[in-house]
Amino acid sequence: MSGGELKDLSETDCPECSAKIRIPSDAIDGEIVTCPDCGTGFELEISGSGTVTLKQAESVAEDWGE
Amino acid sequence: MGRKTKVAICGLMAEVDAFSFVTELEHEGAESSCNLQSSNFAKKKIIYCSRMSIRFPRTRQTLKHKSSRFLFRKRERNQFPLAGRKVRVGVVGASGYVGGEILRILLGHPDAVVTLATSKQYEGEPLHRVHPNLRTFTDLTFAAPKIDEITSKCDFVFTATPHGSSIRFVPTLLGSGLRIVDMSADFRLKNPTAYEEWYGYKHPNPELIKDFLYGIPEIYRFEIKSSKLISNPGCMAITSILALVPFVKAGLIDEEHVVIDSKIGSSGGGAKPTLGTHHAERYGVVRPYKPIRHRHTAEIEQELSRLAGREIRVSMTPHAVNFVRGILCTIHCFTKEKLDAPRIWKTLRGFYEGARFVRFVRDKKGLARYPDPKILAGSNFCDIGFEFDERANRLVLLSATDNLMKGAAGNAVQCMNLMLGFEESAGLLFPGLHPI
Repeated sequence: MSGGELKDLSETDCPECSAKIRIPSDAIDGEIVTCPDCGTGFELEISGSGTVTLKQAESVAEDWGE
Repeated sequence: MGRKTKVAICGLMAEVDAFSFVTELEHEGAESSCNLQSSNFAKKKIIYCSRMSIRFPRTRQTLKHKSSRFLFRKRERNQFPLAGRKVRVGVVGASGYVGGEILRILLGHPDAVVTLATSKQYEGEPLHRVHPNLRTFTDLTFAAPKIDEITSKCDFVFTATPHGSSIRFVPTLLGSGLRIVDMSADFRLKNPTAYEEWYGYKHPNPELIKDFLYGIPEIYRFEIKSSKLISNPGCMAITSILALVPFVKAGLIDEEHVVIDSKIGSSGGGAKPTLGTHHAERYGVVRPYKPIRHRHTAEIEQELSRLAGREIRVSMTPHAVNFVRGILCTIHCFTKEKLDAPRIWKTLRGFYEGARFVRFVRDKKGLARYPDPKILAGSNFCDIGFEFDERANRLVLLSATDNLMKGAAGNAVQCMNLMLGFEESAGLLFPGLHPI
């Protein structure tokens, strides 16, 4: 899942749960931000022109089924 | 922040439109994270803050300031006749668990004073003989339930009497003009013949049923504000309804196949012991209780059908499990189409916009990734989570409450707050304990 392009670096809606995600003003390409509500991690993709895209970060799931 | 300042800020809650701000300060243990200077704010409605972070739960914004000034506008006084003074409240049937929990809330309520607590069995005894947590909070003793005493001492009454008793007692209070929240099932079902089917008795006053509103503030907030008589929902019913209603209203689920699997703690069985509640028998059980045709099924179907405008059938099986307080409903629904997580989130958020006591818990991190009644003990929250099984188009809803709070006393006081024009959350913002 990926979010739309962002013009405002300060805040955006979580593509998963619609909660507000704060993005640090000094964020760098590849940085991971996490939604405070649903815990989904997103990797920031920042282009040369400064537009930011949220891409769901891969995570290792727990497995209690063994 | 000193204690005196904090009390003053809480007192300001009823006067300002910054409710979520104050709530969050309480939740986050604001004493150590902020420095509030309260001088003159009561007069000027100004709070000076320095070096603090404020999160607004409704808008989910976080503000960080080294020094800020918050200017609060005073709310317009509402038109409720009892507003502006402490309302005198009585609890009839106050020796039970629900009655005790109503007393606990009211004894800390900013706008209410308990003037009467009745119990035939414990007449003359201090309340703490039966509710030991209330020692030093009140000098009241249990009184016999006498109509003239109730009507002269109270503006508002909670009747926490058993099913079948309320129907005999409540009509005697109706002529007095008292506002009443009845905790029993005696006025919940709108079809009088349903009492024979689900409760095994013929309703003696069917003409009164229509006068009582089924009290779920998150659904009937507007109607409750203008009601004088409320019938408080059943604990497993409200826990199930709150999870289901956004999806029923949105027409997303197969209305013939809804399965509710409930787990409930021992306090749900009431304060009167039986052999089955004896510790040796009750401890450690996962005991299926009424696998079919549990009474709460009737009110769940009634409310969902009413809200959907069409007949809805649910299948419910409760289990008695090994805790004192709490309900977890695992609800299986089958959807008409594939849903994804963002759509489910939007359905929930859209329906519960501004509802302070409904929280969503579906977290990929942390301790509580789905609703868990353990951390809700003593709180008025209903926590709702979900997963969607794409293989079977199965929506699994998870809904947790404290059966004595959002499942009974807390919801009833929330209704009282609305009926009397108080802040809806007054007396109800205890966030629960952790660890517990």
